[in-house]
Amino acid sequence: MRQDHLISASQLSRADIEAVLDRAAEIDGDPAAWGDTHDRAVLGLCFFEPSTRTKMSFDTAIKRLGGTTTDMGSVDSSSVKKGESLADTVRVVEGYADALVLRHPSEGAAKLASEFVDVPVINAGDGAGQHPSQTLLDLYTIRENVGLDDLSIGIMGDLKYGRTVHSLAEALTNFDVRQHFISPESLQLPRGVRFDLHQSGAQVREHTELDGVLPDLDVLYVTRIQRERFPDETEYEKVAGEYQIDTETLNAAKDDLAVMHPLPRVDEIDPAVDATDHATYFEQAHNGVPVRMALLDSLLEADQ
Amino acid sequence: MSDRELRVSKIRNGTVIDHVTGGQALNVLSILGIDGSEGLGVSVVMNVPSDRLGRKDVVKVEDRELSQSEVDVISLIAPEASINIIREFDVVQKNRVDRPESVVGLLSCPNRNCITNEPEPVETDFTVVEEGVRCTYCGTIIREELADHIDPE
Repeated sequence: MRQDHLISASQLSRADIEAVLDRAAEIDGDPAAWGDTHDRAVLGLCFFEPSTRTKMSFDTAIKRLGGTTTDMGSVDSSSVKKGESLADTVRVVEGYADALVLRHPSEGAAKLASEFVDVPVINAGDGAGQHPSQTLLDLYTIRENVGLDDLSIGIMGDLKYGRTVHSLAEALTNFDVRQHFISPESLQLPRGVRFDLHQSGAQVREHTELDGVLPDLDVLYVTRIQRERFPDETEYEKVAGEYQIDTETLNAAKDDLAVMHPLPRVDEIDPAVDATDHATYFEQAHNGVPVRMALLDSLLEADQ
Repeated sequence: MSDRELRVSKIRNGTVIDHVTGGQALNVLSILGIDGSEGLGVSVVMNVPSDRLGRKDVVKVEDRELSQSEVDVISLIAPEASINIIREFDVVQKNRVDRPESVVGLLSCPNRNCITNEPEPVETDFTVVEEGVRCTYCGTIIREELADHIDPE
């Protein structure tokens, strides 16, 4: 990858993406061969918000490359609690680590961090902004299952605040993909993401219901609709209920439809779907390790 | 407009910003960071008739020659503005404003969750795009009412 940092999916070209995915496939084929690639490299984990999958998979990824981690810990136990700025925190952690992984509740936090440090910064989620390393593992999963060209994908749920959606939609513009966005009107894509999709000439359609478009889809990417986005519980229940899928919903889908989800899910995918061939979300989560190994390898290699 | 109808006298040295969109003169001064505390002579004429604009504002700043990069930001709220540099009562240079590529440290981001609204040591930075300006940190686009987002600091 030519970049020093991974801040937004919009910075990624098709060649950048394919280089990481190809390397991830190599790693997946023989993980043990990469065990000392980045011997003694230290990855700084700066998570200002809770995380399970992202944090653990980065932790595992650097260890499988021969490195280790240093962890800021929770915000409550760090100097952030004392009012330290993000700019100061990352400048301090830079001294302890060869690369930083940052999750933060404010949009633009990773870009800001990258302006204050010389080591690579990976955006592991900035508010309702971007989550580009998730996108790389999403793309890897799509490529492994149905290929990345001549593809119809449905992206459903909270498109307004869903950072995984924003990154995925922007990255998919590099490929021959028809993107269908399915959401309640109040949770449609934000203006900035629409602008990027429009600029790239992407094939985009918006829907408020899944039914009409489901039979055409090769991939259905489901995201969680969060309770706190709605003024009252009744409204939430009403809207969320319309964007849940179960085995009955999937009767109308192609046999090889891949159902994906960045997880955690609450009740938007019925557990009965797990036993079907459509369920791809756990494989997707597992792909976090080889893809993040490939990402770290390319960023650390470029930084040497 | 003839000399007899002039509302504000000519200035000896400085900058005259003419053909400002009617009603935007005070926002122009905000953009330039001029609030009177600098001690510069400042004249403002608002909503006077204009052949080209219907009505226009004029801003005169004495003893200060504004650079092109300073005034280009004005184009975002007054695209027809012209900049006249005055020396010894004569116009020595007359330029139109051009759309800048970016606007740094002037606007505040309307996205309350943007990192630039936190107490961090950075200036806001907006890229000028077709339909307005866009925060380089969070991607928020301001399409209308740009002047409402001018940061008074």
